[in-house]
Amino acid sequence: MPLMMDNLTGAQPIKKAEVDIYDIPISQITAQYLEYLEWMKEMNIDFAGDFVLMASTLAHIKSRMLLPVQEGEEEEDPRLEITRPLLEYLRIKSAAEQLAERNLLGEKTFTRKPDTDILEGMEDDQVIRIGLFELIDAFQSILDKVTPGHRVDLTRDRVSVQERISQLTELLEAKESVTFDELFADGQERADVIVTFLAILEMAKLSLIRIAQHVPVELKKLPKLRRMAGT
Amino acid sequence: MPENLKHIIESLLFVSETPLTMDHLKGILEGEETAAIRTAINVLMAEYEQRDGGFVLKQVAGGYQFRTQGRYNEWIKRLIRPRAPRLSKAALETLAIIAYNQPIIRSDIEHIRGVDSGGVIRMLMERKLIRVLGRKEIPGRPLIYATTKHFLEVFELKDLKDLPTPKEIEELSQSQLEEPPDAEDQKPISESPIKPLSA
Repeated sequence: MPLMMDNLTGAQPIKKAEVDIYDIPISQITAQYLEYLEWMKEMNIDFAGDFVLMASTLAHIKSRMLLPVQEGEEEEDPRLEITRPLLEYLRIKSAAEQLAERNLLGEKTFTRKPDTDILEGMEDDQVIRIGLFELIDAFQSILDKVTPGHRVDLTRDRVSVQERISQLTELLEAKESVTFDELFADGQERADVIVTFLAILEMAKLSLIRIAQHVPVELKKLPKLRRMAGT
Repeated sequence: MPENLKHIIESLLFVSETPLTMDHLKGILEGEETAAIRTAINVLMAEYEQRDGGFVLKQVAGGYQFRTQGRYNEWIKRLIRPRAPRLSKAALETLAIIAYNQPIIRSDIEHIRGVDSGGVIRMLMERKLIRVLGRKEIPGRPLIYATTKHFLEVFELKDLKDLPTPKEIEELSQSQLEEPPDAEDQKPISESPIKPLSA
């Protein structure tokens, strides 16, 4: 759906209604939410969950407001439940606007070694990003190397994917980068290899790591590359 | 202090590719007093400021760095092409939430923004503006996020304290809220909330 979801925060109708957020007319807003929900249902949009939640929060607040307050009981305005995050959002919004107006590096201001491409004759870096298929190919070839005959023993304690992620994180903190072959030392069992592979995928998904492939030296003989290969 | 201390520092700042910190400078300029170095830097900063040329000396991300003046950015963009596209409004908001509330977990970010923020967070991670500090020891062990040093560099901030204080922001948003109510308020609420979405 080509909808600008990011512009559509749960509090959107409240902002749109231009009401005093310290005195939110709950029933009006609730009606508006329900209208939104109805529209979403028609459009068959599945992110209506947030709106259902908001609508029910509003209904809940309304019902609490209708209940008489017990004597001696100090209850804060139930509407604060939505006023507070809304205020916080408005604060953040102006903070974001102020951030955008700063001298942004690479936009307004530049340093001697800008994080940019020089327009003329610059090739991309010596590493290229690789896709899932290359990764699976590499994994397959490592699995092929694993000595056959090792059966997965379900009763044994195995390194979990989470554990492997933290091991890899420590390894990468110490080493900055590591090659695929280094991670799959000879003699590992199939299950360990799979755990490592899953850990790599998970970390890539969380953007904790970047997977890159060095362009083979034979293909692109840039001086830079030979130096890289030598180290 | 050697008379040319100022010029030594200037040469170091010229060559350095990243902001040079006071500690780093002190390490290079063995035996120099912090005060002498700071004075020299302040003189340099004032000189460049006064010259008002193509670049100035700025205090950023805990160090000092030469940076071009904002007014020449269009010219520089003819020479180089910024690698990263501009940050969207959603990205800036998410970044602001993290900057002001760090360390923070995703669900707290989403509570303020009111929408799923996974994609934006991933993008901010890729741009190295935020990083994972660890995991919070609550059910689900969610990741904890914080801003990076690169964030300070990009937004030309000395340090995190250089961000406008919550009070300053409060005042700003207060003034927004206190705009005099006008006829808009009386608008019937049912005036098609759908319109802006159907584009």
